[in-house]
Amino acid sequence: MTYTTAIFYIFAAILVFAGLRVITARNPVHAALFLVLAFFTAAGLWMLLEAEFLAIVLVLVYVGAVMVLFLFVVMMLDINLDKLREGFWDYLPIAGFVSVLLMIEMALILGSRHFGLDVMATPEPHPADYSNTKELGRLLYTDYVYAFELAAVILLVAIVAAIALTLRRRKDSKYIDPAEQVKVKRNDRLRIVKMQAVKKQSGEEGA
Amino acid sequence: MEGLYVDWAAVQTVAWTLIKIMALVVPLMLGVAYLTYWERKIIGWMQVRIGPNRVGFQGLLQPIADGLKLLMKEIIIPSGANKSLFILGPILAIAPALAAWAVIPFTDTLVLANINAGLLYVMAITSMGVYGVIIAGWASNSKYAFLGAMRSAAQIVSYEIAMGFALVGVLMAAQSLNLIDIVQGQSGGLHQWYIWPLFPLFIVYLISGVAETNRAPFDVAEGESEIVAGFHVEYSGMAFAVFFLAEYANMILIAALTTLMFLGGWLSPVSFLPDGIVWWLLKTGFVLFLFLWFRATFPRYRYDQIMRLGWKVFIPITIVWIVVVGGMMQTPYGYLFH
Repeated sequence: MTYTTAIFYIFAAILVFAGLRVITARNPVHAALFLVLAFFTAAGLWMLLEAEFLAIVLVLVYVGAVMVLFLFVVMMLDINLDKLREGFWDYLPIAGFVSVLLMIEMALILGSRHFGLDVMATPEPHPADYSNTKELGRLLYTDYVYAFELAAVILLVAIVAAIALTLRRRKDSKYIDPAEQVKVKRNDRLRIVKMQAVKKQSGEEGA
Repeated sequence: MEGLYVDWAAVQTVAWTLIKIMALVVPLMLGVAYLTYWERKIIGWMQVRIGPNRVGFQGLLQPIADGLKLLMKEIIIPSGANKSLFILGPILAIAPALAAWAVIPFTDTLVLANINAGLLYVMAITSMGVYGVIIAGWASNSKYAFLGAMRSAAQIVSYEIAMGFALVGVLMAAQSLNLIDIVQGQSGGLHQWYIWPLFPLFIVYLISGVAETNRAPFDVAEGESEIVAGFHVEYSGMAFAVFFLAEYANMILIAALTTLMFLGGWLSPVSFLPDGIVWWLLKTGFVLFLFLWFRATFPRYRYDQIMRLGWKVFIPITIVWIVVVGGMMQTPYGYLFH
């Protein structure tokens, strides 16, 4: 067993364990954290495939951003687990059917007929100075530039739509534009009034 | 399987790497310890005080005394806390803060791991630091800790975007993700440093770095007047010290990255002086001084102002400047941006 094979089996075992714990952990926060572990381990596996860009981006995007927001939501929810588990047996037949269907589909596609070792040759290991990032960038911006730009536009539309749906101005908000605040001059707020000095009346002193 | 045998070459590599890691982490920890001393001294001078001066000559042993004190203290785990996650919190805070140092070069040969995608690696690893804060805040089972964690997490996620975009500008100028290549792209003297063509990105990166490490004036995550000490309010002894170490290790990391990407790393500013690690140390020290100076100078931001600054000011500035850099590179003046 070579070093990389050993690493692969260790990572795969951690990944499977983490994946199982995601669906079996009773505490949703624990489940979310196991999902983080699963992502991180998957990134390690991709690293073994010499796909360092995808591996790092998986950590950067999913672990660093998506799962943080996930945890945010999960931590703030007050989830009643017993209520969630109520319909377990009712849903089991249909869920079982769907998962068996998924498994059959995957077996059809990923079976050894198409992805066996005799069909898919082992990829050549790249030299040390090979940059997966550069290769990927070149492909994305040349061969697949239309698909890439299209995906970017769709994402942009989704961002704009999400903001447009949630953006609303509250009438009772006391928000002040900082630019306005900075622009304020003394004379806008303060008026010095010249007054005659008034002689103190002896009767008002106690008031 | 070819059966079990001991691969001595591999064992040697592992042992050698471990020694190198120790050679990196021990000076880093010392740096953290003396950064706290330096911080207290500088803020003391800025406030016309003396600062620590009792333990050792001029108070030089103060950080050692502080460390010993924290080591002796009991680690109290609150009864309502989630015990395993409570302990995991500080570990997840310090691990990324140290792991990111693996790719930081000190000179063109002195680096633990010289990898192609060094910049991406740093970004990915530092983005993990937020978990320590969130988990600590949640597992403490305390409303102050939880509020602090929420504030800190939202802030870190927001400023990470501005930081990432600032780095995009750097990698456009350097045309590489490798940190050594980025520094070598700035060779030729002071005027070649990326701080000049990428000045807006430098400012954004520096300020986002302060926000990212939850330092004043962005330290609402531990705003003493509002939420006691934020996410680490329930931690004591060494568990607290680990958060402290992580914060300062992150500070030095941001300062080192600023040095590498905008200030020419170990390169000498003038051609008649040789390059060397001493420049790296001087420049990083200067950026760290800025961090301390900010803390002594500025009042704390309000939370909505922090969010506005990150999303509505910094992100647009970085995007505009990336477009400017990209556009300029297509003109005959493109060499100014390399």
